[in-house]
Amino acid sequence: MKALMRKETGLFILLVVVCALTAAKSPNFLSVANLINESRLIGMYGIFSIGLGMVIITGGIDLSVGSMFALLGVILAMILNASDNTWPWPFGFMNGRYLAWPFAVIVTLGVGSLLGTFHGFLITRVKLQPFIVTLCGLLFYRGMARYIAQDDAKGFGAAKGFEALKEFTKGNEFGIPMPFIMLVVLGIIMWVVLHRSVYGRHLLAVGRNEEAARYSGINTKRIIASTYILSGFLAAISGILFAFDTNSIAPSMTGNFYELYGIAAAVLGGCSLRGGEGSIVGIILGTILLQILQNLVNILKIPSSLNFAVMGAVILAGVLADQLITNRRKSIKAVEP
Amino acid sequence: MNPLVDVRGAVKRYPGVTALGGVSINLFAGEVVALIGENGAGKSTLMKILGGLVHPDEGEILIDGAPVTIESVSKANNLGIALIHQELNTLDNIDVAGNVFLGREPRRFGLIDRAKMRAEASALLEKLGLPISVDTPLDRLSLAQKQMVEIAKALSQEARVLIMDEPTSSLTLTETEQLLRIVSDLRSRGVGIAYISHRLGEVTEIADRVVALRDGKNAGELKKEEITHDNMVRLMVGRDLDRVSTVGERKSGENRLVVRDLKTRRYPHRAVSFEVKAGEIYCLAGLVGAGRSEVVQTIFGTDPSEGGEVSLDGASVALGSPQAAIDAGICLVPEDRRNVGLIVEWSVRMNMTLPGLSRFARAGLIDQKSECAAAGTESKTLGVKAASIETKVADLSGGNQQKVVVGKWMLQSPKLLIMDEPTRGVDVGAKAEIYELMRRLTESGVAILMVSSDMEEVLGVSDRVAVMHEGSITGVLTRKECSEESIMQLAVGRGQGA
Repeated sequence: MKALMRKETGLFILLVVVCALTAAKSPNFLSVANLINESRLIGMYGIFSIGLGMVIITGGIDLSVGSMFALLGVILAMILNASDNTWPWPFGFMNGRYLAWPFAVIVTLGVGSLLGTFHGFLITRVKLQPFIVTLCGLLFYRGMARYIAQDDAKGFGAAKGFEALKEFTKGNEFGIPMPFIMLVVLGIIMWVVLHRSVYGRHLLAVGRNEEAARYSGINTKRIIASTYILSGFLAAISGILFAFDTNSIAPSMTGNFYELYGIAAAVLGGCSLRGGEGSIVGIILGTILLQILQNLVNILKIPSSLNFAVMGAVILAGVLADQLITNRRKSIKAVEP
Repeated sequence: MNPLVDVRGAVKRYPGVTALGGVSINLFAGEVVALIGENGAGKSTLMKILGGLVHPDEGEILIDGAPVTIESVSKANNLGIALIHQELNTLDNIDVAGNVFLGREPRRFGLIDRAKMRAEASALLEKLGLPISVDTPLDRLSLAQKQMVEIAKALSQEARVLIMDEPTSSLTLTETEQLLRIVSDLRSRGVGIAYISHRLGEVTEIADRVVALRDGKNAGELKKEEITHDNMVRLMVGRDLDRVSTVGERKSGENRLVVRDLKTRRYPHRAVSFEVKAGEIYCLAGLVGAGRSEVVQTIFGTDPSEGGEVSLDGASVALGSPQAAIDAGICLVPEDRRNVGLIVEWSVRMNMTLPGLSRFARAGLIDQKSECAAAGTESKTLGVKAASIETKVADLSGGNQQKVVVGKWMLQSPKLLIMDEPTRGVDVGAKAEIYELMRRLTESGVAILMVSSDMEEVLGVSDRVAVMHEGSITGVLTRKECSEESIMQLAVGRGQGA
């Protein structure tokens, strides 16, 4: 616990330093417009990163979320749009039909959760490795998205009937973008779940030592499967937000690499890929740092081709610093009697 | 003639235990020396010293009369000593030839010279009379065949001393015969063989000399003509050991646990039946590998069952699920404390409350106050010596760790507590506290099923002792009938009448 608090504090300091440097270089960084835009992105990225973090805490991985954004976005756009009659075989029955937006949202969240359930089933019951299962998901869902959309970009255009949903996802409350508010609400809920509930304690136990958890009577399979369902569900929420944010889903582009942003955020935030460690605050701080880094590249007019290089370098520096401090502490402890 | 190997006065101490207290043993070329002794007598430590895995604190080793220090496995190999472990060290994904020459592959232009490797390996297999192709991947071989591959590997290193640590513990009868044939063949070629085994039958068959160890000391030697079952048991047990009695007479009640025809995965064709009464300490004794842990793991549900029934207070218990067992009132203090008994990176509090966490929770949320209170009280009752209940379990001594494991089950108010090697790696003081705790539990009516390899513990604590041999119960002894001899006779597979 203490080690985690230290990681979060370290991350927070790193974040403040990066923000201060950027703000000093360019006053644009602290402009209202930029902050609002940033918080919208942070909200969308943060929500699915929490799900991914839960999976990582059990010692697993979910590579499929990026492709899910494309698949779910395409499905959402096509079931909302009454004039879209391009469903291919075997979905032809959907042509000429559409769903009212509340049902469309439920279907999207449902498909996301269902895919997560499927991952969980393959991993815990068939005992396949999480990396392989979700890698196949990454490939398969991308392919399905492109097939269903027939490689056309799908958008909401001028279609009518779901203005309320659009308003909600793109709108602000008290000047704060809705995705950010949703992240805060979901973050608080998930904080309670992970750090205060029986389920959360069991989750950490399974991640730390699955055998010991099993010997303590915990249904480890159910716990592990549940995190993939949660990851699918939260990815579906993020997916809806991404779809309305860009207003157009390019099935071969949307969500590319996003699973890696989520993994990077969780790891920066103190989740160990070996499992058993991690916190909600850390995951959210990690997400913020990643988004600020991207923003920094734009605002400081660093060539955008260096975008990934900057991100990679900062993550490496962060993980390196953490490891050095841990090693130092260990050697100090070893000297003490 | 100098002996091939001569160990003089070897001492090895571990924190809190003396594994070897001055043991001497020698081995001549063309001789099979069997090393016998109870669990923990020091056989494996002695052999590991020769294999370069363990370094003695005192004593000397002579090879061909010249003193040597064996600081590493490769040094042992250079001296011509090969150690074949109880758990085999073969790689299943590589073929026979690759295993035989692992790490010493013949090279040509920096690449593996497969032709040479195959030719040499098949020559070795032929020598051993092993009818398998050198291209067979190891995962297609039986355990015995893998063992032969290990022997071939030892021969390829021109080993003159072969140490075999319980080579037959997982072999079938025919496989054992095959192995023994090869051992005697090697002997006729002048290899010196040190043979550790619990199976006195095969020792009688193969050994030229028997060296017995007891409590880390030499307990005597038997010449070829003196090797009999009874002589060996007498040496292993020793006549001078006083019987310790730490617990007074107890009254036990109704049958609490009833096990009928239980079959474990390790011994799927051996059925085990027994009953444990309320308020009694029932012990499963026997040698390592007799299947005792497997029986209790199957009852608790962490091992799959191959058939049979278990009931507690007359109600049948679903097998294969630790949750069902815990709900029924069965708790297990496992043998492997650090890996499955505890989450050692966690605090005393979090470990203790893990199994019954929902009892300290309202609407799924943990009530930290009642959790801390419960863990605090339990830890005080058991006398866990830790700075606070927030101390990491990894920082505690073995005895205190064990108290935490017991505490976590006490909070579940068990009806049957299974304790697998309850005092292994526990210091003397904590041992007494754990026995005292077991006594208190039985007084309150809890039944205890104990697995123990510590003879003193078996004799001192148990009300009844069931002795197991190769997956079956060979006899049940009451407190009065219990003695080291009677238990050892049953443990090596000889009924009292036989």
